[in-house]
Amino acid sequence: MQKIMTWIDDRFPLTKVWNEHLAQYYAPKNFNFWYYFGSLALLVLVNQIVTGIFLTMSYKPDSALAFASVQYIMYDVSWGWLIRYMHAVGASMFFIVVYLHMFRGLLYGSHRQPRELIWIFGTLIFVALMAEAFMGYLLPWGNMSYWGAQVIISLFTAIPVIGNGLAQWIRGDFVVSDATLNRFFAFHVIALPLVLVALVFVHLVALHKVGSNNPDGVEIKKKKDAKGIPLDGIPFHPYYTVKDIVGVTVFLMVFSAIIFFVPTLGGHFLERDNFIPANILSTPLDIHPLWYFTPFYSMLRASTNQYTHGVLVVCTVLVAALAFFTKRGFKAKAITVIIAALMVLGLYTLQAKLWGVILMGSSIVLIFFLPWLDRSPVKSIRYRGALYKSALALFVVSFILLGYLGTKSPDAVSLFLFKNLAWGQVLTLVYLAFFVLMPWYTKIDKTKPVPERVTTK
Amino acid sequence: MSEDGVDRGKRRFLTALTAGVGTVGIVFAATPFVLSMNPSARARAAGAPVDVDISKLELGQMLVVGWRGKPVYIVNRTKAMLAQLPNNTPLLVDPFSKVQSQQPPYAENIYRARKPEILVVLGVCTHLGCAPSKAFTVGVPSGFGANWPGGFFCHCHGSKYDMSGRVFKNVPAPMNLDVPPYMYLTDTLIRIGSDKKKQGAA
Repeated sequence: MQKIMTWIDDRFPLTKVWNEHLAQYYAPKNFNFWYYFGSLALLVLVNQIVTGIFLTMSYKPDSALAFASVQYIMYDVSWGWLIRYMHAVGASMFFIVVYLHMFRGLLYGSHRQPRELIWIFGTLIFVALMAEAFMGYLLPWGNMSYWGAQVIISLFTAIPVIGNGLAQWIRGDFVVSDATLNRFFAFHVIALPLVLVALVFVHLVALHKVGSNNPDGVEIKKKKDAKGIPLDGIPFHPYYTVKDIVGVTVFLMVFSAIIFFVPTLGGHFLERDNFIPANILSTPLDIHPLWYFTPFYSMLRASTNQYTHGVLVVCTVLVAALAFFTKRGFKAKAITVIIAALMVLGLYTLQAKLWGVILMGSSIVLIFFLPWLDRSPVKSIRYRGALYKSALALFVVSFILLGYLGTKSPDAVSLFLFKNLAWGQVLTLVYLAFFVLMPWYTKIDKTKPVPERVTTK
Repeated sequence: MSEDGVDRGKRRFLTALTAGVGTVGIVFAATPFVLSMNPSARARAAGAPVDVDISKLELGQMLVVGWRGKPVYIVNRTKAMLAQLPNNTPLLVDPFSKVQSQQPPYAENIYRARKPEILVVLGVCTHLGCAPSKAFTVGVPSGFGANWPGGFFCHCHGSKYDMSGRVFKNVPAPMNLDVPPYMYLTDTLIRIGSDKKKQGAA
């Protein structure tokens, strides 16, 4: 055995890689519940790829055949129903796991220096995942697939001048058609999975370069023993591999329960309207994307003319005030004035439709800037003050409610007193304020002293 | 390797030149791939006009037909519907159909039609392309409040249009519904997709 290992190690750094990334990769010893979701995301990625490969064997990316081929998988292919449900439920589970993984970052400051690049790669994974899920959703060629794609691709028509041409270029036709289905298949099964795997790889390389954060937000590499091993570190293997296997087991229980007992989860994982073939003449009455997109969808719907005008006027005044009162130099002032001027210009030239797209786009783009928006001297929520805790709580509530409202008609009253549209508008502001006001509230927030070493409760 | 006698300036120049030429090459090589995603010749050639017989279309009813993969709505408007149209003016973004891209010249009026009774519009919301549904019922029973004058409602994002497909203010959609080119072949036969008497290749 030893001989074989030596033979391999002379030709490929197998032992070295094993040690650097598992057996001698020292992770903080105080990981808690929230640290399951990284490895679970990897598990779901593997699930999607494996089930996806087998679905591809029976699926037909042709607008005349696609819907029937999915039914063929469900009824005629041996175990096809299981593979498809694993894939469809897996997509929703992917987002659950990823949202919890991102929330962990917000809790413990995992996006903060020196982990900015891990965060950026992670956010890119999130964006790629959204594209992957969106394109995959068209493939069954159900009525919701069709109109969902129609709406999302139409977002690009909001862009002035090039918008229509761009939307045609994406669709490969003047409407969502066979050409669109065929290319979405290509993106969904090969282009984006490659991008995802590559991004996951660099996400992990960056993580292993700087080391994992932990619930205390303490850098364990600052305190090392004589051998240079972090005092608060334990080898990833066997300690965390075993811990993660426990997480995997529990996850698979939940996953299986959904697949076997409620694969559509009452229309939340597989929508009723998608059991009807695509019909170009009739939009489903109750159109909304799957649950994982509905928070962003609510923001898109929120932008009516009055609303965007109101928001922009307030923003312009705030930016102008900032330029006036800032203690920074002339350059900073000039930049803020230019931003204010651009806002005023946009206010009078761009349509509300485009502002909706900008609003929704910024809700995702802002995530990238989190490492620099956060000015708190501490990382973990354990040592932060009431301001950040309240802001995070409001943010989570706004995200969940926006998601809930996105599944309902804009004119109905699903919460209380006000229409969903109005609630969506308020909550969109809360969501955006979490990011935009972050430099201020994290700076003035009271913090507790951070311990030298990690704590274990 | 020895660095003696290396002309650094020349090396930098050649590196930059190689990188520059390489970039141009990549742009050229990428062009066919990018352009291959545009609508194909087949997609561009599709879209022949369709002829629709409206003799069976009752007053106040709507007919939906497909043209170029899009729904076309044909509505036989009642006298009451037509009488309401001028009253909507203050509520609308573009009451007199001034935005030229949204209709042919012959539909640049408050009826947005060749003949006031018959409305022909694309059932494609100008917001994000959903098919709005008909909401012809006026007032409270419509579910849109006592002041609803009748029209179209887009379920996707709540855009509202009146009985001429004119968009109301303060909804996500920016423009009136498109009126496709069309013409009457006879009193009850409409050709959608063409308004020229002499028809060339579609």
